Order: sequence, then C-alpha cells, then structure tokens
Amino acid sequence: MLELRNICYEVEDDKEKREILKDVNLTIEDHFVAITGPNGGGKSTLAKIIAGIITPTSGQILLDGEDITELSITDRAKKGISYAFQQPVHFKGLTVKDLITLAANRPLNVSEICNILSEVGLCAREYIDREINNSLSGGELKRIEIAMITARGTKLSIFDEPEAGIDLWSFNSLIHVFEKMRKEINGMILIISHQERILNVADKIVLLSDGTVSAIGSKEEIMPKLLGTETACRTLMEKAE
Amino acid sequence: MDKIQKNLLEQVAGLHEVPAGAYSIRSNGTNAGRNSTANIDIVEKKDKPGIDIIIKPGTKNESVHIPVILSESGYQEMVYNDFIIGEDCDVTIVAGCGIHNCGVDTSKHDGIHTFHVGKNAKVRYVEKHYGEGDGNGENVMNPTTIIYCDENAQLTMETTQIKGIDSTDRITRGELKAGAVLEVRENIMTHGKQYARTEFEMDLNGEGCSANVISRSVAKDTSKQEFFSRINGNAACAGHSECDAIIMDESCVTASPQLTANHVDASLIHEAAIGKIAGEQLIKLMTLGLTEEEAEQQIISGFLK
Repeated sequence: MLELRNICYEVEDDKEKREILKDVNLTIEDHFVAITGPNGGGKSTLAKIIAGIITPTSGQILLDGEDITELSITDRAKKGISYAFQQPVHFKGLTVKDLITLAANRPLNVSEICNILSEVGLCAREYIDREINNSLSGGELKRIEIAMITARGTKLSIFDEPEAGIDLWSFNSLIHVFEKMRKEINGMILIISHQERILNVADKIVLLSDGTVSAIGSKEEIMPKLLGTETACRTLMEKAE
Repeated sequence: MDKIQKNLLEQVAGLHEVPAGAYSIRSNGTNAGRNSTANIDIVEKKDKPGIDIIIKPGTKNESVHIPVILSESGYQEMVYNDFIIGEDCDVTIVAGCGIHNCGVDTSKHDGIHTFHVGKNAKVRYVEKHYGEGDGNGENVMNPTTIIYCDENAQLTMETTQIKGIDSTDRITRGELKAGAVLEVRENIMTHGKQYARTEFEMDLNGEGCSANVISRSVAKDTSKQEFFSRINGNAACAGHSECDAIIMDESCVTASPQLTANHVDASLIHEAAIGKIAGEQLIKLMTLGLTEEEAEQQIISGFLK
C-alpha cells in the first residue's frame, strides 16, 4: 500500500512561488490505478515524488506503512518502487541486455531476456545487443523502458504516460502489454495516462487537476466526468483567458 | 617470467600463457619468446630495435601476438615494428604494451608500427596500453601507427588505454588507395594528472575508399586530453570522424577536427561532443536500484566498451 499524506510541492518561477501540488492525500492499494487529468495538473511531478526524483516541499510518503519520504531514489528502488520514464533516456554503449540485466539485478541468460522482451512485443534476437540510443524508435525505447520495469517485478510499478511519443500502431500493441501486465504482475501498477483505453483497464482512476485530487473512484464513476469534458472545457477556458 | 610480467601480459594481450600461432614477446628490451609459423614470419631487425612481421599472401584466420612489457623502473626504449601483410590475407594482430613502474624514474615505451596491407587483405589490429606500479615514476607511452592500405584492403584498429599511463602522445596515420576501408576505434580514460594527446591523419587517395575514426574518452580528476583529427579527401571517398568525451571533476578535453576536401565527390563528416554524464542517465540507473557511484561506473564502462 502506498500512502501520500499532505503532499505539497512549490517551485519558484520568476521569483514568484507557484504551487504544483496542493495538499495531495492519496492511498493506493488497488492492483491497477490510473492517474489522469489535464496537462500541467501535477501528474508527472507526483510520480517523480513517489520515485524520489523530486523532494516534496512538505508531506509524507509511506510504503506499506514505512515512511520513505527521506529515502533516496536508490533506496526507494531497493524497497520496491520502479519508475518508467515518460521520455526514455539514451545511453551510449549500454545495450538492451545491459539494462535489462541491471534492472533484474542478477545475471540473466538469453532465454530469460527473451521472455522479458517478448512480453513487450520485441524479439530478443533482434534487440538484445542494440545500444539504447536514437537508432531505436520512440516505440521501441518505450517498450524497453517497460521491459526494465517488468524485469524488476517490484511491488509498485509507476509508468509515466507510456503512450506519449509513440505512433498509433505501437500504441495498440502497448495496450495489450498493459492488459497482460494487469493479469500477470503481482503488486501495484500506477499509470499516468490520458488514454481512454488505458483508463479502461484500471481498477481505480484518480483525477488530478490543478495540483489537487479532484475525483477518485472506479472507471464507471470517473469516466463520465472525463467524457463530460468538464476538465477539458475548464482547461480550454483557462487558456482562452 | 615473474608474476608482475605475467600480469602485464594478461592485461595487454589477454594471455595467460604462450599464445597459439605466431608471437613475439618483448620484455625490458629483450626477446622473451618468439615463434614464426608456416605463413607468418617474425624477423628481428638488424639496424634498429624491433621486428618485421611478414604474412604470406592468402593467409586466413591466423593471428599474431606481439606484446611488449616493461617492468624495470626507468627503462626507456624506442621500437620499430613493420607489418607486411600479403594480398588476400584475413588475420588478427594483437599488440599492446604494459608498464609496471614501482620506482621513481620514468619508464617509457615509444613504438612505431607501420602496416603495409596488401590488396583485398583484411586485418583486425587490437592494441591495449596499460600501466601500473606504486612508485612515483611516470609511465609514458607514445605509439605511432602508420597504415598503408592497398586497393580494397581493410584494416580495423581497436586501441584502448584505460589505466595507468601518465602521458601519451598517440599518432595514427593512414593512406588509402581505391576501395580501401580503414576504421579506427579508440577508447581512452585518463585520471589523476594524466595527459593524453591523440592525433589522426587520414589521406583518402583512391576512389571509393573510406575512413572512419571514432574516439570515445573519459577524463577524470585534473587530467587533460587533446584530440586532433585531419581527414583529407583527395578522391571520391567517404571520411567520418567522431570524438565523444565524458568530462568529470576538473578535467579538460579539447577536440580539434579538420576536414579538407580536395575533390568534389569527397564526402567528409565530423562529429564532436564533450559533456558530463547526463543527470537523467544517473537517475534512470538509480531507479533500477544502483547507487550514484555504481550508476556512474556503469555509464563509463558502457561508454568505453
């Protein structure tokens, strides 16, 4: 179980303080939770705060009852938090095999790596020795990013907009990856997404807008609100102002 | 051969024992073992220190090991090795130099390797430079490599200097005839107060020839590196050089590429990038459970692989 208590995050913008997250309280214990909401609502910031990449201005983070607020990225990773970047990082010289092996934290043989990669729809033979650089497409990098998370198999896996930056064809097969993951992975999956098809897979949807949790509930409860474009209209109106 | 010499041999040539095939081991200026084969002849030079390695035309899938080791502190030498590689060969040459200096004097190995690669021959040349020792004496190595590629000859050079060389001035020159292919991959890491200078000069003289020079380096502490590359396209040819450096601490890296096209169909490219390890690379590996130091180590060893 992941608990966020009174999480606030402020940044200074042109000497003006701006609140990105305003007193966020959230308990995540369902198997598959999606966080959605308008751009700039604080979703990615919240994910980074959970992974330890950003330190909140105030508030507490508890994982299975243990306060992890002060723990480093590394220590949180060791406690069982995985985080898939929205923009996968390039590495000169490090290969797919290197990163999957580092993620698994044990030596893997080719057939084990093959299993992990085939889960995300990649053929190991073609990819195992490829460098993680811009010779791979956005969709391929995204899949490798997801494969690293499945190789870790931790109790909490966070995915920050897995659909961002990939083409429609890749997206369709990505949905299957998450549907499969939902069935097979033990532990909690926390996914930030704008995509209706991903939200449809979720047990619970959290609507985060303007730095606060504005709604939380099952997809039956939340989806009508989203489709009612209440959020979208507000965003557009704000933009128009 | 004592333990120190054996370790040096393993570091620079990956050898645990006497290698199979042709070899010549030079230790503190003397011949510590040599073997010629039916196709590969190794002959001591008469006028100056060094050897001639003569490979018969058509020799395939054979290798030559010619490691040099220096374990006497303060020993200094200048060695000339010439490689005559016959037409249609396909061979691997493993060279390298290891210095163990536990004294206060400067140990130094300067070597000039000249390759004459025959028509249609294919050569893989692997060279490693390594230094160690707990004394204050400096380890200095200045390797010069001159490569003449005949028509359609191919040479791939992999050169590595990862540890323990205080000062190095590395010069690599190539002259290519029609259809020849030359590829050089250099990996360098400097630390402490070390200094490394590398200079490449490629003359692409024949139609359809190509040269590719790739240097990857990591500079740590207060070390200094300088990279110079000159590619002269004198025919319809393709030249590419790349200098990619990771800079850390208070080190300094200079990259000075120069491309000269003397022919309208010469296609020449240079890429250079110098920068510190990207923060997001460290963060990514830390989210996999590595500490910052472990992440840094992984990034560097991948980069220099």
